[in-house]
Amino acid sequence: MNNRINQLFESKKENIFSVYFTAGFPRLGDTVKIIQELEKNGVDLIEIGMPFSDPTADGPTIQRSSEVALKNGMSLKLLFEQLKDIRQSVNIPLILMGYLNPVYQYGMEAFCQKCAEVGIDGTILPDLPLDEFDAEYRKYYEAANLHNVLLITPQTSEKRIRQIDEASAGLIYMVSSSSTTGAGKKVEDFHQDYFERVQNMNLKNPRLIGFGISDQPTFVNACKYAQGAIIGSAFVTAIKDSVNLEKDIATFVKSIDPGR
Amino acid sequence: MKYTVNEKGYYGEFGGAWIPEMMYTNIEELKTRYLGIIESEEFRNEFDKLMKDYVGRPSPLYYAGRLSEHYGSNIYLKREDLNHTGSHKLNNTIGQILLAQKLGKTRIIAETGAGQHGVATATVCALKGIKCVVYMGALDVSRQAPNVKKMKMLGAEVVPVHSGNKTLKDATNEAMRDWINNPEDTHYIIGSVVGPHPYPDMVARFQSVISKEMKSQLLEQTGSELPTRVLACVGGGSNAAGAFYHFLDDEQVELIGVEAAGKGVDTNETAATLTVGSPGVLHSARTMLMQTEDGQIIEPYSISAGLDYPGIGPLHAHLHKTGRAKFLAATDEEVLQSVLLLTQKEGIIPALESAHALAALDKIKMNPDDVNVVNLSGSGNKDMETYLNYFGY
Ligand SMILES: Cc1ncc(COP(=O)(O)O)c(C=O)c1O
Repeated sequence: MNNRINQLFESKKENIFSVYFTAGFPRLGDTVKIIQELEKNGVDLIEIGMPFSDPTADGPTIQRSSEVALKNGMSLKLLFEQLKDIRQSVNIPLILMGYLNPVYQYGMEAFCQKCAEVGIDGTILPDLPLDEFDAEYRKYYEAANLHNVLLITPQTSEKRIRQIDEASAGLIYMVSSSSTTGAGKKVEDFHQDYFERVQNMNLKNPRLIGFGISDQPTFVNACKYAQGAIIGSAFVTAIKDSVNLEKDIATFVKSIDPGR
Repeated sequence: MKYTVNEKGYYGEFGGAWIPEMMYTNIEELKTRYLGIIESEEFRNEFDKLMKDYVGRPSPLYYAGRLSEHYGSNIYLKREDLNHTGSHKLNNTIGQILLAQKLGKTRIIAETGAGQHGVATATVCALKGIKCVVYMGALDVSRQAPNVKKMKMLGAEVVPVHSGNKTLKDATNEAMRDWINNPEDTHYIIGSVVGPHPYPDMVARFQSVISKEMKSQLLEQTGSELPTRVLACVGGGSNAAGAFYHFLDDEQVELIGVEAAGKGVDTNETAATLTVGSPGVLHSARTMLMQTEDGQIIEPYSISAGLDYPGIGPLHAHLHKTGRAKFLAATDEEVLQSVLLLTQKEGIIPALESAHALAALDKIKMNPDDVNVVNLSGSGNKDMETYLNYFGY
């Protein structure tokens, strides 16, 4: 069967709206509801954050949501339990995003099998570098029809971008600027020359731009240079005190893209 | 050499560079250039000169007569406490600041727990006139006020870290985040043999001056450059790496690392990573970690702020696994008794960290003719408040 990430990019070439949230935040039991509401409101792809105690690539917002989620009792085992029937109600691609160590303790092979079982389409594990992935883990991903999404940054050399493109089969995550995750950037804070440079490389994989995309102007700008963009911290902030996820998620999605 | 790092940055199964792509360019630059730079004659000359004239090396190897009598064996102390700034930490920061200059970096960041590495980093930045930012857990900032003031006086900016448990691990996270946000002009001076390759090997090389000197000093004082055993405390493991380095292939030399048991390895207030830990990935290295079943990192505890790290350098994880070194753990209580013993037998007040190595002397069997070298990694000056409170002077 074709991977849902590939299906998405085959059917839609622009303005792909992707949202990150931390599983177990704001409340332990919100995971499925958040996914369902995001899909209902027209979001194209979801990154489900697996909280980790030491999120070194994340800024304050996701640090805090991870801390709360762990305090709430979130774990990888519980997350899989929560997601076990997710494909009965949700069709858009789902990606698990987090750090390697919890996955490493779960066991990479078992993790990949479980992803296939519940219907996960890919993972983003920033501290799993390409060479280690190729050497030890690629075989498990391939067996599970699971994509390992790799990152590129403004510092990534052209040669390495080509190498990452070659090694990828779903999409490339373009880190918008040299930074950890977090909202608060404006359009002029981004290096459009980096966006243009990569756009002109004619990579075989589609790209989503993430980190620092937080509102309509930054979303629209990012979509000019890639197939779409990913919003994380701004969404986490939008739901942090939510007592009505249905309403708050609809409001948030509209605030980024009124057309949805 | 059997115990050195391989070309991929591994000691056996431990090590590597599990870095996010945001750190790739900097780590790749370090990886491809560090050996060429630190093995060049120009670098060696500069390093050796600063070691001698600035740090005050070689540090003495002192035969501790009354302590030897107490234990009925020969105890030598490698006096890293006599280095400028009071610990072995300066050996590494001198090396890394010279390296950073060769790489053209104009801004230095560092993490610190007790503040010893922070002070050593702020010191070399003052020496070279380079901007310095030190990340320190907010809890440690309040626990280690004198070192915070020292760093500020040396011209460094000290940033209190409020995330997590507000200690060393969180300071390390924050330093890594800083590096991700400042990838072009900044060098990260890691304070121990931890982090991604090539840091563990690079820091071990800078610290290896300790065992290099031990060998020639032992030859002069005992007639043999090989002792029976070498003992060192282990937090991340840099002073131990330095003290073991030139003995690693002399398999007849027993190597003993001593971790912080805190209130006991069977309590949940401990920092004895090798006793209670399991393999995992933290701070870009695969090594032994204190963690939950779910792979979340457990906050360590030790009376000594310099040893409460939930991981350990990959070299030590490998030495542990292969059995080349033996690792023991000493409790807070045992350590404080050793502090008092050394103070009153030899007139030397050791750092809390270093006293862990001393405490191991009560745990091992020594013969009268044995030559035991304890690496006295630092001075007790920074710990006087703890000592005065505990002993009630
Ligand atoms: C005197 C002293 N010894 C030892 C350590 C522990 O570090 P390492 O295990 O890297 O030698 C510290 C750390 O602050 C220290 O200050």
